[in-house]
Amino acid sequence: MIQIQNLKKSFGDNLVWENVSFDIHEGETIAIIGRSGCGKSVLVKHLNALIYPDEGNVIIDGKNIFELEYVELRKMRQRFGVLFQGSALFDSINTFENIAFPLRYFTKKEDEQIREEVMKALQMVNLEDAAEKSIAELSGGMRRRIALARATILTPDYLIYDEPTSGLDPQTSDEINELIINLAKNMNITSIVVTHDIHSVLEIAETVAFLDNKKLCWHGTVEEMRQSDNKLLRDFVTASEYKI
Amino acid sequence: MEALQKIGQYGLLLYRALRSLYEFRTYRQNLLNELVKIGYESVPIVILTGVFTGAVMTLQTSYQLDIVYVPRSVIGSIVSQSLLIELSAVITSLVLAGKVGARIATELGTMRVSEQIDALESMGFNSVSFLVVPRVLSGLIMFPILYIVASVSGIGGGLVAGILSGALPASEFMLGARQFFFPWDVTFGFLKSFVFGFVITSISCFKGYFVKGGAEGVGKGTTQATVLSCIYVLLADFVLAAVVL
Repeated sequence: MIQIQNLKKSFGDNLVWENVSFDIHEGETIAIIGRSGCGKSVLVKHLNALIYPDEGNVIIDGKNIFELEYVELRKMRQRFGVLFQGSALFDSINTFENIAFPLRYFTKKEDEQIREEVMKALQMVNLEDAAEKSIAELSGGMRRRIALARATILTPDYLIYDEPTSGLDPQTSDEINELIINLAKNMNITSIVVTHDIHSVLEIAETVAFLDNKKLCWHGTVEEMRQSDNKLLRDFVTASEYKI
Repeated sequence: MEALQKIGQYGLLLYRALRSLYEFRTYRQNLLNELVKIGYESVPIVILTGVFTGAVMTLQTSYQLDIVYVPRSVIGSIVSQSLLIELSAVITSLVLAGKVGARIATELGTMRVSEQIDALESMGFNSVSFLVVPRVLSGLIMFPILYIVASVSGIGGGLVAGILSGALPASEFMLGARQFFFPWDVTFGFLKSFVFGFVITSISCFKGYFVKGGAEGVGKGTTQATVLSCIYVLLADFVLAAVVL
């Protein structure tokens, strides 16, 4: 379980948000929504201490991650898989090696076993033929799927998706959403999805955290979101021209 | 204030790199790659720089000594000693600040803005150990070797230029070079190139690792890495001369 307690973050004089508190339960899929620039990505980068807050704590299974020693923190980070907005694939190595990367460094598996697992991961994202391709040869959607294969190769407890469908066509977005649902279901992964795509939220999420006005504006289940009379939330949802 | 913050940030990066030295398994492969990139791939430009530096020195020294009577072998002494004490290390380093420093800053900067460094950290990797340590270590190992390459090619270039221009025969050149050869000069040149290797690779890693913004940030970081590397190489050259000699 992840407990986010009274987080506050600013960059210089620019306050991003403050007093952000909510819990993420095991196996839950939570969508963090809000307008562009409201600090959604900044918030999720606090979950594995890629960014440190000005105030507040993130408690994971009873441990405050901001108080961990670097060695301990690295172990904690290995429990997370992250799908970055721009995929963040290593362009100096090919697709196969990108997915094999965590296996080579964090396990003592033999080459044959690594090959087997990478091919299985590629199969999961329907890209078996892309193993030997360089990253430059991949389309945006393919990169996103390869990054997802890499993020899940060590079977993490938590999976963070930073705008997984942004910039993709509706069909590819649906494929990514389906992958997110399947991963959460089959691997019992706790998923944290940053998005402003309401269609995706309704499809994949169980709970929603809405950031606006430099604070956590609303938090509840998708069902509660449908009935919420929070004006800011309703404005945000209706602006996406999606009827709830 | 900002300058102090930068110095602190640079110091912390080096401290993290030092503490990561034991993680050999993490940086082993990158170390081998960097030894090739910094060392082997720099040999042509280093030879070219050395040959022309030595050749030009021979011609200019010969021209300057035309008006006084000194044995022609003195040209060999001046050229070889200048190369060993100063020029091979400094000129090679200034050239490599552009070639190696710019590459390192661009690579790391691009990795930073495309979130590849965040991806490494989020996997539980020590990104400093993976990216910074092998680059700085390779600089420390390869710069002294490149110094030897530059010195040998410089002396060779000077010797050939002397023969071709008719300034002095090979035997005279080598006589002069041997007459005033002191092993300490090579040791000092070695020490210099070791320090310059550290200065260039560490500054470039620092500038690349902490790049902010997009393509513009990478460009800015790369320019700063090259310019600062050159400035600090010259500064370190002066400090070493003042302290050691």
